[in-house]
Amino acid sequence: MTSSRAQHVVPAGVVLALAILVAWLSFTQEPADSFLFPRIISVFFVALAIWNFARAALGMAKVGGGIDMGTAGRIFPGLIIMSVTVFWAAKALGFYVACTLAFFLIFSLYDPAPHSQLGSWLRRIVVTVAFMAVIYALFAMLLQVQTPRGIFL
Amino acid sequence: MKTFASLFSLHSLAQIVVAWEGASGLEFLGYFGGVFEPIAFMLLIGGTIGGLILGATPGLSPTMAVALLIPFTFQLTPTQGLILLGAAYTSTVAGGAVSAILLKIPGAPANIATALDGNAMAVKGEGARALHLSFLSSGIGGVIGVLLLIFLTPVLAKWALAFGPSHLFWIAILGVTVIGSLDSKSFVKGLLSGCIGLWLSTIGYDDIQGAERFIFFDALEGGIHIIPALIGLFAIPQVMEMLAKGRNQTLIEQIDVPPHAFSDSAREIGKSGKALTIGTVIGSIVGLIPGVGGQIAGLVAYDQSRKMSKTPEKFGTGHAEGVIAAESANNAMVGPSLVPLLTLSIPGSPTAAVLLGGLLIHGIFPGSDIFTKHPEVVWTFINSMLLGQILMVVFGIATAAYAAKIARAPVPIMAAGVTVLAVFGAYSVQQSMGDVHIMFALGVGMYVLQKFGFSAAPLVLGLILGPLAGDYFVNGSMIAAAQDGPWVYFFTGALNIVLIMLVLASVAYSFWSNMLQGRSAPEQLKSEAAE
Repeated sequence: MTSSRAQHVVPAGVVLALAILVAWLSFTQEPADSFLFPRIISVFFVALAIWNFARAALGMAKVGGGIDMGTAGRIFPGLIIMSVTVFWAAKALGFYVACTLAFFLIFSLYDPAPHSQLGSWLRRIVVTVAFMAVIYALFAMLLQVQTPRGIFL
Repeated sequence: MKTFASLFSLHSLAQIVVAWEGASGLEFLGYFGGVFEPIAFMLLIGGTIGGLILGATPGLSPTMAVALLIPFTFQLTPTQGLILLGAAYTSTVAGGAVSAILLKIPGAPANIATALDGNAMAVKGEGARALHLSFLSSGIGGVIGVLLLIFLTPVLAKWALAFGPSHLFWIAILGVTVIGSLDSKSFVKGLLSGCIGLWLSTIGYDDIQGAERFIFFDALEGGIHIIPALIGLFAIPQVMEMLAKGRNQTLIEQIDVPPHAFSDSAREIGKSGKALTIGTVIGSIVGLIPGVGGQIAGLVAYDQSRKMSKTPEKFGTGHAEGVIAAESANNAMVGPSLVPLLTLSIPGSPTAAVLLGGLLIHGIFPGSDIFTKHPEVVWTFINSMLLGQILMVVFGIATAAYAAKIARAPVPIMAAGVTVLAVFGAYSVQQSMGDVHIMFALGVGMYVLQKFGFSAAPLVLGLILGPLAGDYFVNGSMIAAAQDGPWVYFFTGALNIVLIMLVLASVAYSFWSNMLQGRSAPEQLKSEAAE
């Protein structure tokens, strides 16, 4: 099996497993009337997922280049920052503090400017503060959105 | 025979004639005042300028821009909210031409054809001329497109009065299959995306019996709200695409733009009637076809304009006709793309699908009665799009140079900014962290799926049309139980048969075109490798 074929088989398998789970739940849960529409969807879902999996397994899936290790490695740090912000920091530290940290960390990690220069760090801080000030003005003052307050704001 | 006779009965013809009379009443003129109310007019200007800047920024698609704007409309009336979204939709498509011309990076897929000649003109020192021609042709194409929207929508809406629950169910399914099969490189994956969207729409408590459906964790109890889903599905994958570039990003050099007399550009547009007509006609037709979108409109118009030109060899070398045909087409598509949306809930483009989400959250359900239930909202919205086309030309030409500077904003700032906006936008809908979690999970999942050939547009359409299809199905089932049973109710009758045939035809066409693409793929790969 080529690496390209293997790359397509894994997501096709995950989609097929999801389709089977949806179909199983749709046909076993009660009351039946509530699951009538999901049952119809799940039949087509499973049929298409089997077709998709067969194409992937036979090496016929050509669309989509997949994710190579280099791309995954570049995305990973940003994804970790976003995950920590969304699932923990936003509630624990406070929405604005967590988002300020997330903005600053993503910007700093992916900024091509050298990390050894004081000037580039100052620029990152100024841009972060300016951006978050606009966000605060828009959401807290204009739209009056009540955000979770953790340890901080 | 009986079936077709009933379809084209005198009653149907009479309904169409009455509909035409209603349309000729120029009802829309009575609602122009609403556009000039101070807040509405400010939103129109703000949406137009903001849309031009967002459209000019590579990596921020019009669909994502409209999705991110929806949370800002909660504090507004439905009319004001729709004016903002409509202005953004119109101007993001036109704004994409700025980066296509000055940076050779199309701001949106709809501007791919514009970059071919527009950038060549800019390299030759004719950037200002290219921008003038681009905005003028966008404006003319856009106005004609909105006029089509004005005159076609009421006719189609009154015709849609003949639809019952079974027909509306098939129309919802048609919407998913059309966009699923057309807006995807893979036929199977497009339809699978639509199925995933339909399934996601059933999560939560059942409206009728209150039964729990697929509630795997607490955040799913209220179901999947459209807006966090839209933000996640369109914004997070683009953020991840930006992150995938890593730290090695070079800032693109902007081309100098020497001034050019606007009057000369206006005269040139007047002399380019052929390219303008080709672009506008093709854009309008493509807009009416659900799911096709501006990218196809621009490329088809560019290609046809080249074939019909007296100087086809000049195309690609900085020829004004190329810019005019492409830009008039992609903006002429905007108005007609809302015709099937407002009357049948079938969006003409992915951005129109997001706009459908915006309509639904403001309690406006597209359909046959939209012009009787919400005439002031719908007509003011449509009128604002007409005026928005003119404002787009004025502000587009005035701000093009500044928009290009913003378009060169570093990618890490855009990635970080869109992430924060997505988190705030998703949270502000219901002030729920669960929505933020769902938004993020859907976004990451969509990024992975996109990398394997799946498409966000059919998934979103399944999510939006799922509840409508489900409701029509349940209502239809109840009627069927009291009559001759579900088979007779859903599968017989002229209109049902026509709609089922359209569903099958859209699937068959997509399958056939995929087969053709598959056969030509090796040749295409060879040419790509050679490049």
